[in-house]
Amino acid sequence: MPDLFLDGRPLYVANGTSVAAALALGADGCSRTSVSGQRRAPLCGMGICQECRVLIDGRLRLACQTLCLDGMHVQTRP
Amino acid sequence: MNEGQVADVIIIGAGIIGAACAQALARRNVKVLVLDAGWHGATAAGMGHLLVLDDNPAELALSQYSLQRWRELAPALPASCAWRNNGTLWLAANAEEMAVAHSKYLNLLAHGESCELIGRTALHQREPELRPGLEGGLLIKGDGILYAPAAARWMLDAPNIRQQRAQVSEVDGARVRLDDGRWLSAEAVVLANGIQATELCPELPIEPKKGHLLITDRYPATITHTLVELGYVTSAHNASGPSVACNIQPRPTGQLFIGASRQFGTVDPQVEGWMLAKMLKRAVEYLPGLAHLNGIRAWTGFRAASPDGLPLVGQHPQRKGLWLAVGHEGLGVTTAPATADLLVAQLFDETSPLAAQPYLPQRFLGEPAHA
Amino acid sequence: MNEATDLLIIGAGPAGMAAALAATSSGAHIVLLDDNPLPGGQIWRDGPQANLPSAARHLRDQLRNCTNVRCHAGTRVIACAADKTLLVEDAERGWQIRYERLILCTGARELLLPFPGWTLPGVTGAGGLQALIKGGLPVRGERLVIAGSGPLLLASAATAKHQGAQVVRIAEQASRGAVAGFAGQLPRWPGKFFQSFSLFDSHYRTDTHVVEALGRERLEGVRLHQQGKTIELACDRLACGFGLIPNTQLGQALGCAIEDQALAVDAWQATTRREHYAAGECTGFGGSELALVEGAIAGHAAVGNSAAAQQLWPRRARWQGFARALNTAFVLDPRLKALARSDTLVCRCEDVPYGELVDHENWREAKLASRCGMGACQGRVCAAALEHLFGWTPPLPRPPFSPARIETLLELEETPPT
Repeated sequence: MPDLFLDGRPLYVANGTSVAAALALGADGCSRTSVSGQRRAPLCGMGICQECRVLIDGRLRLACQTLCLDGMHVQTRP
Repeated sequence: MNEGQVADVIIIGAGIIGAACAQALARRNVKVLVLDAGWHGATAAGMGHLLVLDDNPAELALSQYSLQRWRELAPALPASCAWRNNGTLWLAANAEEMAVAHSKYLNLLAHGESCELIGRTALHQREPELRPGLEGGLLIKGDGILYAPAAARWMLDAPNIRQQRAQVSEVDGARVRLDDGRWLSAEAVVLANGIQATELCPELPIEPKKGHLLITDRYPATITHTLVELGYVTSAHNASGPSVACNIQPRPTGQLFIGASRQFGTVDPQVEGWMLAKMLKRAVEYLPGLAHLNGIRAWTGFRAASPDGLPLVGQHPQRKGLWLAVGHEGLGVTTAPATADLLVAQLFDETSPLAAQPYLPQRFLGEPAHA
Repeated sequence: MNEATDLLIIGAGPAGMAAALAATSSGAHIVLLDDNPLPGGQIWRDGPQANLPSAARHLRDQLRNCTNVRCHAGTRVIACAADKTLLVEDAERGWQIRYERLILCTGARELLLPFPGWTLPGVTGAGGLQALIKGGLPVRGERLVIAGSGPLLLASAATAKHQGAQVVRIAEQASRGAVAGFAGQLPRWPGKFFQSFSLFDSHYRTDTHVVEALGRERLEGVRLHQQGKTIELACDRLACGFGLIPNTQLGQALGCAIEDQALAVDAWQATTRREHYAAGECTGFGGSELALVEGAIAGHAAVGNSAAAQQLWPRRARWQGFARALNTAFVLDPRLKALARSDTLVCRCEDVPYGELVDHENWREAKLASRCGMGACQGRVCAAALEHLFGWTPPLPRPPFSPARIETLLELEETPPT
């Protein structure tokens, strides 16, 4: 079971869980803050809309196309 | 078909130069018609870097005066113009470039420009993300940045200015023919369409210089100044082949805007992978943390370059009634207000706020054939 | 480390998998690339809450046993590096892949149209919700409204219900007559007929479309226009998709012609560019059965096995009939173009409202004036929406085709092509 950190808080998820799903399992499901300050969550689920981009170990990646891995640090409020 | 006189002045081109000229004229109660073909030139593509350049006295005079004008305009600019007075930090990679920084510093200081020489240690305090080992830099405090398409739109939004989407196919002194065959006339026609100017005036010595640009996604701010390598001065003006230089601008959005490249002898607007790679590699050499950031868009644009790097501002010596405001190369956004003031002073036969001589079209086109 | 291959296939959904499998007997070296972490595409997406059909498992196992097929998961195409060479990127690195032949199986994405409240957390695409649930998104006990158009609504509802969600409404914008007409034709494709029965849901309503997503910080309910009446339903999630649009960007960048917003192909699934093929939904929407047979034809054709390709033509024709029936039935109601209000955001990357766009003449002008489409999705959502709303031609793709690390772009050769 991957043990990751979501905005600093530890989270355990089932193998094969996407980071997008982990956002909802560990917090309110939101992935980023928009230009005008709205919180946003994954929209298209298939790597198109970029709403789910989060900082994963310091790099912007798409939560919907990234699987949770042990030790991963995910930030939704950089 | 002849529509007769449609305005006091017709301006061809709604980029930053045409817009600045239109604004300056409109403020003197001149009725202006601005024609634009909608192709989007250098104003749309460029970085919107407002900077003082001092390769020669004429360039310094023009850019310094114009920057002062931008600072005067700044309080009135809408937020969408994203004007920031963040300063340019010229980077010296070695002792030789530091010497260039030093002489540039003395020259600018002598002309009253607010600037500061920065040593090795101080450089890393100012911009900690720069790679270690740089020799130092020169900070020019009055420089800034701007989103030029918004600034042009703001300038054109005035009661005395009418805008029309139209392709001009011919100019004849103070009248123009549109591609639908209609002739429009005015007291004067101003050609301010950058790289397209040679289509109407083939005699103009203007060459396109292609540039690539890339912008990153939004990240928490890592740099504050516009970072330009001092090598830029050499590569920008002396190279004849393709060249690149580090030019990184922090946008107010948290994005980093990366340039700069120069290519000659091409009008193909495609983003070329090899040039993009070359340009980005140079930027990463100065700012290694860039490598991990996402680039989200790349594009190209064309600078309208004259042989001596200075614009052509003034009446066409052989075509009475046709006025030129073209050939600004990469400095069009910076020098737009100065260009407008120069042009207006000549149109009204007034004393120019700065010597008009170095920018007169005569230097390439010969002496006036009209009285 | 750069790589070279005989056949490169972009997209490991049904079309890409079928193409790889068809081509494998030739002995050609094949690279199969997909931006998702696992093969399967959208319809056969695997995950902790996915129930893969046995056909999908079988195809995947077969592929795994092919020693001449190499799969790159989580890998995206970033740029054209040279003739027949693509720059790609995964989570770790960027590299170039040179190919002799290429098959584009880049699939389709959902058409997402702006309506008030659509940016609230809790609102997703219809296929989007299904994909997220398969990836482990918890929906047990949640109240869901699924809206938009097409059979994907039923499929998404089925996945959600299987994971314990309560689907309170499935809102299909098409008329009862159109849907009934389509259902009446289904016995021509028996597999689809039985599938539709298993997906049927008593909360399904035709002539019903979303008007507004309600809520402050996140979704709390939805306002629907249901068969002439306006109703409000409380819900935790709204999944809304207005049909599919082919992903043609990469094909366009490679110089392949477009026809009816999809990649144009001939009987061999060949595009207008030599040695470049396309199959599946990037050539037009038609469902997984059509994608499978198109993929197989492309795979055979790309390795020169015309006889095997030709044998599959009748099967393809049969599923093309299904695609035609589908696309006629679920044509979008023009009223859906009027959902956005002046303050409704259209560009979600740059937060540009409808009111700032409506007075412009074309995409390019609107973009320059408002920053619409200047964000990370590169207009894939907003330009597609504006093409539907205003008929504006979307921009041509430019490298990087997707956001890419700058270090990846440094993998491009620094010398001009000769």
